Amino acid sequence: MPDIAETARTTRAWACYDCGKCTATCPIARAGSNYTPRRHVLATNLGKREIIDNGSLFDCLTCSLCDQRCPADVGYTGLVRKLRELSFREGVEPECPHGGALQSVMRTMAKGGTKQNRLEWLSSDLKTEPKQGEVFYWTGCTMYYDTFFTDFQLATLEATRAAVRLMNNLGVTPVVSPDERCCGHDLLWNGDRKNFELLARHNIKLVAERGAETLVISCAECLRTWKLDYEPLFEGKPPRILHLTEYLAEYLPKLKFHANPPAKRRVTFQDPCRLGRHLGIYDAPRRMLEALPGIELVEMRRSGPAAICCAGGTWSNCDRFAKQIQVERLREARATGADMMVTACPKCQIHFRCAMKDPNLGSEIEIEMRDVAELVADALEKADG
Amino acid sequence: MTVARPGSHPSPKRKRGSGSAPTVEALAGASGSDRSAARAEARGSSWNPNIIVFACNWCSYAGADTAGVSRVQHQPHFRMIRVMCSGRIQPGFVLRAFEKGADGVLVSGCHIGDCHYVFGNERALEQFEKTKNIVKLLGLEEGRLRLEWISAAEGARFAEVINEFTDQVRALGPSPLANSDQLSAVSYQRSAKAARLRAES
Repeated sequence: MPDIAETARTTRAWACYDCGKCTATCPIARAGSNYTPRRHVLATNLGKREIIDNGSLFDCLTCSLCDQRCPADVGYTGLVRKLRELSFREGVEPECPHGGALQSVMRTMAKGGTKQNRLEWLSSDLKTEPKQGEVFYWTGCTMYYDTFFTDFQLATLEATRAAVRLMNNLGVTPVVSPDERCCGHDLLWNGDRKNFELLARHNIKLVAERGAETLVISCAECLRTWKLDYEPLFEGKPPRILHLTEYLAEYLPKLKFHANPPAKRRVTFQDPCRLGRHLGIYDAPRRMLEALPGIELVEMRRSGPAAICCAGGTWSNCDRFAKQIQVERLREARATGADMMVTACPKCQIHFRCAMKDPNLGSEIEIEMRDVAELVADALEKADG
Repeated sequence: MTVARPGSHPSPKRKRGSGSAPTVEALAGASGSDRSAARAEARGSSWNPNIIVFACNWCSYAGADTAGVSRVQHQPHFRMIRVMCSGRIQPGFVLRAFEKGADGVLVSGCHIGDCHYVFGNERALEQFEKTKNIVKLLGLEEGRLRLEWISAAEGARFAEVINEFTDQVRALGPSPLANSDQLSAVSYQRSAKAARLRAES
């Protein structure tokens, strides 16, 4: 288990020359919070224990924007996660939003013992393979989100269905399993490594048992976790892990889109922090959107590596600063003249839709939100189903 | 939140069905497991569920009191958590109870229209529906979770609901999440420490 000094070594915190660019870029600091990555790095270098005890680490959005700007290449996001693990072991936990309900759900899955009913969304027109197959489609926990966030007409499952429909259209019958469990992303980022590893080992075994060589994931967070955080836990050859848009982009010429789109739409793309900065996937979703008939893609002022995140990535921080970040981002989306904000992570949808509920702002920041998979599936020629 | 035992445990002296009822002295010396074993024997089953009852301050908790002071006998295998209003009972409470191995969870409040906070129980109903759906997704039996409106005057009804629900959960058997309580011990220590740290800061 790393201590503070080791964290300083492995995250290159030692290379910091105190320029303060991290705090200057940090979305929460810019929103007016006292939060400062710069001081965290300093405290880490000085081995100060307060950093672990005072709980301030849990304010970080882990959006990795500061990593992008740091001239000394300090991995601040990694530093936060390592120190959160230390914090968690000392008994300091994040103030979980939603009464900790989502963390309870994740830990319950880590405990296991029950047979989840997580595949009820599968409609009869979707072809899936319950046992063995070459391609495994990782559904993520959208069914839980849609059940839990009933207040803002959330329909993240639509994207999950769309993903299966798209794969079917390519002639692929993906394996979908009811034994899938939470990928453990949020627990890991909350510092709970023990439960994360329980989930990770279960999931890795599950996908290996299904004989899948390719794992297709549509949730940005699951993808990050599978690609980067599961890596040391794989035994034997890991599957090829792809984001749905990367997978589709490979088969782009095979996808038949209908020629006459019903209406022209102007859309903007919200880069999820996990997909963009964490994994460097910027082009695949854009390629897919640009290929769609009747869709015009316009960029927000801050996009790609500079994109602002939804400010709620790990269910550990939701406050007035987060709200401010969301509202500002929605205004930016509206300023492009787009009438839809497309994303590739269910949490972006949850958090922006929540911000749109603000009665004081009302229609000022309202914008339709959908997942990139839904748009691509909608553009398919209807003859194929 | 206050954790309290309802004042309605059946008095050992009055226990029926057994010719050699244990004396008060014997019970005082007996360990907890002996006692629950004795109770289980009295009910003709070897296992007793752990049930968490959330009750609102103004109706259901007072209803439990009414059951107690009226000496309406009912099964004692539950722990009550009093909240000011059933509207306070969010999915997180119930899910945490199940996560920590509760075999059943009963959510109770004032009858619709009688809420001390006017519409708190309507909110409770919304939250309960959501919770029920999550519990279903997780694969726990629906019978482990119940919502009941119990007024302060309905002592007998409180006892009836408790008896019925306890029997129902007993029939379902131990919760599939109940076997590893290691986790809950760890996180209990953890939350105690976190609370202390917060209080100090």
